[in-house]
Amino acid sequence: MLRLQGLTKRYPTGDLALNGVDLEVPAGQVVGLIGPSGAGKSTLIRCINRLVEPTAGSVFLKDEELTRLRGAALRRSRRRMGMIFQEYALVERLTVMENVLSGRLGYVGFWRSYLRRFPPADIARAFGTLDRVGLREFVDKRADALSGGQRQRVGIARALQQEPDLLLVDEPTASLDPKTSRQIMRLLREVCAERSLATIINIHDVALAQMFVQRIVGLRQGVVVYDGAPEGLTPEVLTRIYGEEDWTRSIRRDDDDEASPPVIEEACLEGLT
Amino acid sequence: MSEAAAYPSTWRRPPAIERPLLRWGLVAGAVLYLVLAVGSLEVNWLRVYEGLERGWRFVAGFLHPNFTDRWEDIAIGMQESLTMTVTSTAVGILLSIPVGIGAARNLAPAPVYYVCRAFIAVARSFQEIIVAILFVAMVGFGPFAGFLTLSFATIGFMGKLLAEDIEDIDEAQAEAIRATGASWLQLINYGIQPQVMPRLIGLSLYRLDINFRESAVVGIVGAGGIGATLNTALDRYEYDSAAAILILIIVIVMIAEYSSSYLRKFLQ
Amino acid sequence: MSDAALPQWRRRTTRAELGRWFGWLALVALFVFCWEIMTQDTIWAFVTDAPTQGADIVGRMLPPRWSYLNALWGPLWDTLNIATLGTLAAIVLGVPVAFLAARNTTPSVTFIRPLALLLIVASRSINAIIWALLLVSILGPGVLAGIIAIALRSIGFVAKLLYEAIEEIDHSQVEAVLATGASPAQVMDYAIVPQILPAFAGISVFRWDINIRESTVLGLVGAGGIGLQLEASLNVLAWPQVSLILVVILATVVVSEWVSARVRHAVI
Ligand SMILES: Nc1ncnc2c1ncn2[C@@H]1O[C@H](COP(=O)(O)OP(=O)(O)O)[C@@H](O)[C@H]1O
Ligand SMILES: [Mg+2]
Repeated sequence: MLRLQGLTKRYPTGDLALNGVDLEVPAGQVVGLIGPSGAGKSTLIRCINRLVEPTAGSVFLKDEELTRLRGAALRRSRRRMGMIFQEYALVERLTVMENVLSGRLGYVGFWRSYLRRFPPADIARAFGTLDRVGLREFVDKRADALSGGQRQRVGIARALQQEPDLLLVDEPTASLDPKTSRQIMRLLREVCAERSLATIINIHDVALAQMFVQRIVGLRQGVVVYDGAPEGLTPEVLTRIYGEEDWTRSIRRDDDDEASPPVIEEACLEGLT
Repeated sequence: MSEAAAYPSTWRRPPAIERPLLRWGLVAGAVLYLVLAVGSLEVNWLRVYEGLERGWRFVAGFLHPNFTDRWEDIAIGMQESLTMTVTSTAVGILLSIPVGIGAARNLAPAPVYYVCRAFIAVARSFQEIIVAILFVAMVGFGPFAGFLTLSFATIGFMGKLLAEDIEDIDEAQAEAIRATGASWLQLINYGIQPQVMPRLIGLSLYRLDINFRESAVVGIVGAGGIGATLNTALDRYEYDSAAAILILIIVIVMIAEYSSSYLRKFLQ
Repeated sequence: MSDAALPQWRRRTTRAELGRWFGWLALVALFVFCWEIMTQDTIWAFVTDAPTQGADIVGRMLPPRWSYLNALWGPLWDTLNIATLGTLAAIVLGVPVAFLAARNTTPSVTFIRPLALLLIVASRSINAIIWALLLVSILGPGVLAGIIAIALRSIGFVAKLLYEAIEEIDHSQVEAVLATGASPAQVMDYAIVPQILPAFAGISVFRWDINIRESTVLGLVGAGGIGLQLEASLNVLAWPQVSLILVVILATVVVSEWVSARVRHAVI
């Protein structure tokens, strides 16, 4: 689905944030991208949908080369890639529904979007997505009236509303408490499975990543230093990614069972209504 | 997806004003006002049409400003404007300090507070040009009337902002000074001054800028400054000289803004 | 132990102290210099006589001629229209300028942005009444000159405050909308406009409030509104009418300030 070839980015400041990254993500796979701050995780994600211009290398989405696209063609390719942000990046003063519908902006013309007259199918889909993320009641609330976890759900709904082939997720839980973080990660994993989306999730928290992703890619100073199963994250590997540290306590123990709480899901839905 | 049909397929953004009566009332009121306002404009289109030619000459004057023909008048006007700006800003700020302290609820006794607030309200409500008319009537034509006008306006402006600043200060710091047994003056010096001083300096520079712009205005009613020169030039339809004066004003304001932002950084 | 052996505490180093003294000295010297130039033609007999003159004028002003109020409703309506229509025009023209001037929305930082900034400075440097003076000379006296004068002065104000607000928006919201594949116009509508809307409303109402004050005096140079009556009354030295007009202006200003505070409170 997604293929990166020799992706390289050097910022005008001289920082070499990505150095020849090769990566392939098949449809339906959730990849956790880990690495220390400044490793280039955000840069990698932004080079894919071209919020950042890569210096060299290429990005293929379903065999279409994205790095050459301009203008309208770039916009058409962007709507196939949903993006989810750390600080949610919702448009605070718009309603939840408008935020979700903004996921359709690549599909509708200016006047329709200006008058908020989206096609009926888009609106029905938006209600459906909001229902899926548990925010049906919040349609007409303003985004800045929501809690962190709720905002991130709106962020997910906005990305899903694009009907993307690929999800780019930048530190989705870094601003959330541990319990909400798990709920959000679980939601992400579920929707990716339902729609067989290729997904890249930048994540700080190694234990959380191990719990919810199928594959881990470790990035250090713009270079991929690990690519494999979550179980393969031994202290040696972590040292390779993050540098010297005592890792035994941050790796997920086998008895730390993730399957425990459908309870949390219900509790959260209760909390929402 | 089959269940998609179960969801509503229409949605309207909730209106900004929920009560429909109020919403449409406001819209109707605004439209009605606009119709009445535009309808009551009495424009002499013939005169405007004749004016277009003069307007064009003014634009042309802006492209070819004439600094030389009226240079004597312009130089005197500028000299008056600049000197009155400096003196009135200095005097206005000095006097605004007691007025500002007097108008701060947390420092001044009630009678002083009301007197100072009333003074500030009057000084701020009247445009400089009206005040200038009264001062010209009192002390005669010339830059001294302009100086008095700008000083008066500066006191109102700075006094209000200073009083608000003092009312907003961190009480804890003032309390700490009071607790040492300091006198009222020591309280001002140690507890208040350090907190309001940086903003006071910034505002003073801003007011200097305003005073220069206003110094161009008071001349229209005879209170000295570049405004008188400009008025004369326009009376004689000398648009190239008028454009030269306007350009000078713009350049000086630009220099003032530029150097005051530099100075503010330097002083902090 | 002698006193001299004790360590001495000073707030500033000797050098910094010297620099400060020198700075103050330079300011005082500048003030004296300006004062000398400004007052070289001042007739001090008039100045010392000013309190008597002032008392005399106040005596003539009182009581205001209340019956004159009926002649003021029309001019007051004109004043309101000058301020409101002028503000509307300034908004229509100033908003595009703001987008051209903001670093994050301008099409060209090297070429168009400086041009927009120059436009803003030029508009802000010249007071409304000077624009009015110019426009009356071009278009002839009347309300239209007043409206355009208010608009010309306000464009820079609106554009400056708005472009500062645009530069302060949260860029991640823009990126998020951009990432959905939105076109530039849609990014404007969904990411930028919602973020600056409160600032926009605040700026507009704030400027309207200022414009009400300014439009009360435009009549002094013939640009319509209640200032025309003030000018006429001053010309015939009808002081009781002048004082009534001043009272009316004061009331108008207070009301507009109240309205603008209410509206700003409602939208923010
Ligand atoms: N806009 C930018 N301009 C210049 N350098 C940047 C910019 N964004 C990121 N960098 C640099 O690129 C490197 C990678 O940053 P980033 O991709 O944000 O890392 P991560 O998301 O893994 O923390 C860092 O050294 C950072 O300083
Ligand atoms: Mg990052």
